Amino acid sequence: MRIKCPYCGERDVSEFTYLGAADPKRPDPAAPDAESAFFEYAYIRDNPAGPMAELWYHGGGCRSWLRVVRDTRNHEIESVAPARPEGGRR
Amino acid sequence: MTPRDVPEREPFRLASGGVIDRTRSLNFTFDGKAYAGHPGDTLASALLANGERLVGRSFKYHRPRGIFSAGAEEPNALVEVRNAARREPNTRATMVELYEGLEAASQNRWPSLKFDVQSINGLMSPFFGAGFYYKTFMWPRKFWKLVYEPLIRRSAGLGRAATEPDPDHYEKAFAHCDLLVIGSGPAGLMAALTAGRAGARVILAEEDFMLGGRLLSERLAIDGKPAWDWLRAVLTELRGLDNVTLMPRTTVFGVYDGGTYGAVQRVADHVPVPPGHQPRQRSWRIVAKRSVLASGAIERGIAFSGNDLPGVMLGSAVRSYLNRFAVVPGARAVMFTTSDDGWTTARDLAACGIAVAAVVDPRKEGIETKGAGPWPIFAGAVVKEARGGRQLKSVIVRDERGVETEIGCDLLAVSNGWNPTLHLTCHLGGKPAWQEALAAFVPGSVPKAMAVAGAAAGHLTLPEALEDGARLGAEAAGDLGFAASVPAMPPAGGEESASATPLWWVHGGRAAAFVDLQNDVTTKDIELARLEGYGASEHVKRYTTLGMGTDQGKTANVTALGVLSELTGAPIPALGTTGFRPPYTPVTWGALAGHHRGKNFRPKRLPPSHAWAEENGAVFADAGLWLRAQWYERPGETLQQSIAREAAVVRRSVGVCDVSTLGKIDIQGPDAATLLDRVYVNKFSTLKVGRARYGLMLREDGFAMDDGTTARLGEQHFVMTTTTANAGKVMQHLEFCRQVLWPELDVRLVSVSDHWAQYALAGPRSRDVLAKLVDAPFDISNEGFPRMGAGELTICGGVPARLFRVSFSGEMAYEIAVPARYGDAAIRALMQAGAEFDITPYGTEALNVLRIEKGHVSGAEITGHATARDLGLAGMVAADKDCIGKVLAQRPALLDPARPIVVGAKPVDPAQSLTAGSHFIPIGAEAITTNDEGYLTSVAFSPVLGQDIGIGFLVRGRERIGERIRAVDLLRGHDVECVVASPVFYDAEGMRTHG
Repeated sequence: MRIKCPYCGERDVSEFTYLGAADPKRPDPAAPDAESAFFEYAYIRDNPAGPMAELWYHGGGCRSWLRVVRDTRNHEIESVAPARPEGGRR
Repeated sequence: MTPRDVPEREPFRLASGGVIDRTRSLNFTFDGKAYAGHPGDTLASALLANGERLVGRSFKYHRPRGIFSAGAEEPNALVEVRNAARREPNTRATMVELYEGLEAASQNRWPSLKFDVQSINGLMSPFFGAGFYYKTFMWPRKFWKLVYEPLIRRSAGLGRAATEPDPDHYEKAFAHCDLLVIGSGPAGLMAALTAGRAGARVILAEEDFMLGGRLLSERLAIDGKPAWDWLRAVLTELRGLDNVTLMPRTTVFGVYDGGTYGAVQRVADHVPVPPGHQPRQRSWRIVAKRSVLASGAIERGIAFSGNDLPGVMLGSAVRSYLNRFAVVPGARAVMFTTSDDGWTTARDLAACGIAVAAVVDPRKEGIETKGAGPWPIFAGAVVKEARGGRQLKSVIVRDERGVETEIGCDLLAVSNGWNPTLHLTCHLGGKPAWQEALAAFVPGSVPKAMAVAGAAAGHLTLPEALEDGARLGAEAAGDLGFAASVPAMPPAGGEESASATPLWWVHGGRAAAFVDLQNDVTTKDIELARLEGYGASEHVKRYTTLGMGTDQGKTANVTALGVLSELTGAPIPALGTTGFRPPYTPVTWGALAGHHRGKNFRPKRLPPSHAWAEENGAVFADAGLWLRAQWYERPGETLQQSIAREAAVVRRSVGVCDVSTLGKIDIQGPDAATLLDRVYVNKFSTLKVGRARYGLMLREDGFAMDDGTTARLGEQHFVMTTTTANAGKVMQHLEFCRQVLWPELDVRLVSVSDHWAQYALAGPRSRDVLAKLVDAPFDISNEGFPRMGAGELTICGGVPARLFRVSFSGEMAYEIAVPARYGDAAIRALMQAGAEFDITPYGTEALNVLRIEKGHVSGAEITGHATARDLGLAGMVAADKDCIGKVLAQRPALLDPARPIVVGAKPVDPAQSLTAGSHFIPIGAEAITTNDEGYLTSVAFSPVLGQDIGIGFLVRGRERIGERIRAVDLLRGHDVECVVASPVFYDAEGMRTHG
């Protein structure tokens, strides 16, 4: 598999480390249901057959965390973008 | 070789023709007997030239087997090549390029190839039928290990692997190109030529050692001249193009995601020993924007009685041996064909002066006239049976009226249509599609960016192949922005026909009719599998082992479907097909491993003091990627004495230990303290500049992840240390926090693990040693630089350094860091300065003793199964802030007082020793799981206490100090009564660190 890092260009998958789904957001620790929200956040994942947004770390390159949309059925990569959202500090 | 041993030189070699170099001879041996061949020969062609047709014994029945094909599909002629450490089993003789001194041996026979004891298995074939693994050897159960399995392994093995380490080396490499062309037959050549002329970067990979594909094996004409002339001209042009790379001896074995192709290049398989600095093989990852698959097609056989005898051969193979190798595979031939293609073989045989005793064609219409030649034609007839002992002697031809005729022959060429070599189109999940006109599977869905040309696409004739290649080469180049045009096609051809009327199975005859030659699967096995309920194509494969083994059914799979179709009455496409996975042909582990073996499996990292440590008798141990000094040997000492001496000096005077391998992360920015507060359980925003603090970080699930000290060098500047093992993981984690969780934080990270050499200087005299090195005016007095102090300074007259007053040993201690290039000088300077105090280097063993005496947790305790509370560090968790893992660490089960918690333990009898991993069992209880109350994680002999001590996890441990418990190690036979103790065995008040 090849991943097109927005900073380094297209690189072999061996330069990257996989984390998992990109969408779960760390819950508010002060919320009244924090424990169950954190449980969901830490353990519960969808397992879609199709496009899935994932986090990959370019440890063998620029050390960027990337949001990669990959089709789990055929490993086609639809998009790669920095995980840091717009407006985040570079 | 003595003259007596010189064999008759190649009695079956034609006087002229072929693409072999007759000016040179190559000597080789097979089963110890000497032979000769020529450059350009394969082992198979050279054996045939010498009249050797029996080359192996079959897998199950040990039946005599010969050479069936002339290519990668060979199911029979598997041999061992080379000797001793270089011995390689299951090598296809058809793919072994002959070289001077080649040694090959037949396999799967005992005591000899010609007389094999186990050929009696053939008589017992009902016993070895389909599913025999599942049906027999079931009882008694213990016989499996003792009798059945060794028996089956000995009798059913293929070749013998070498038992010594491979002396050769292998490489891995990357290549990038615009267009990868797989196969160098007419289609592949045209694709490479068209795209190459347009300027695209082209790699042309060919598994054979010669480029040309079927052009080498056929009597074809292009542009009115022999196809060989055209081939030579094209190769000359391709070699002249800088943007085209020709890679013969290179098999593309797999297609992977993102336009990545796996290939193995046999760099030095055609020489006895690789030349200097050359690998034997090189595995490639080729990244290509486009590919053209021009892998050709594989001819099919027919299942009839005795079809496995040496002398029964594919028609295409016969043409290869005649035309490419100038070898006569037999003296008197019979042709059994279901298509016009077989007549070409008959004509080539006749042209070489070989008697064609009969052409047998099950078809009727027009055969008598179309197939006319200097041979009797049996139209509407079949070969019912092949007869012979160790090789073919005759065939029984049965005509449509049932009249049988025996015809003497030593060669039976079989043609039954072609299967496109579409394996690579399936590697990403593509399914082949049945094409009725060809009676074959052709590529269905094809990997993105791949196009299939020529015979691989089911376009079997030469003009189609040339046209396909040119068109697809031009398309690929055009898509990539090169101006490509399809060249005018040279008129090409001969009499070729692609139509096929396949015949899968001829009933009758005395011997079995084989479908899969390599796995000894017969038509009867398929019948039986179906009768027993395993008639689906995937079930047949698993029940009979059809299509398994080193050839993966290249000549068997479709024939098996034909047989199954006949049995069930269902058409072949309704039966489905088996998909193909990589690799296309076997790949050696060596090529896949490359240089990553033995000590080179991972990189080896050496800390800055390594050379100095070597000079001083250090014994090294792996710590992650690092080699760390484990202890420093002195003559006359036992290991235990060395460790005790090193630890004792630290308690008494001063010791020094290289801690450069710890991860070091430089953290800067206005929000640096905020980030640390969120990743550590304790607070760092309150840490004063010039101070350090021990920190513990959790995973989000509440379990401890790593620990270390972090120092604040400036308002916005921290230096974190991590454990050696987790340096990379913590860096990745902090980047995750900074980029993904809290992108609003203004903070930057950089790993400086390699930039600083760092030494722990521990013991009551540590400050005295330092004082001699520290440059004025830096104040290292106890008041000026107290416990947990941190600062930047210079030493030795201007060398920049960082100093941290942190202690892992429980003594007054410092860690001093200097830029890595000063690391060697610094350790020598420290040793010199400390000489008057008996300064002693200590290794990781003594370091471990010292930390166990102090009850400091380490990697043995922070295993991923322990929370801060389990580690006895609950008090560190700051109440007034969140941090990663804090919420989930509060789950009730993790707060259960009955959870094991870190305690100390020491044997009641100081003479007894402890072993790490021992389980805590109550006194008088049976040592079984239900009585298990925890386990020892770290043990050491404590020189200050004069006995073994340990720390570990014990249920309700902190409430049980003073209780007696047993440390039981059933594996090593220990059962030691212990006293539960505080994990801090030495200086419980921590006074010694204060200096």
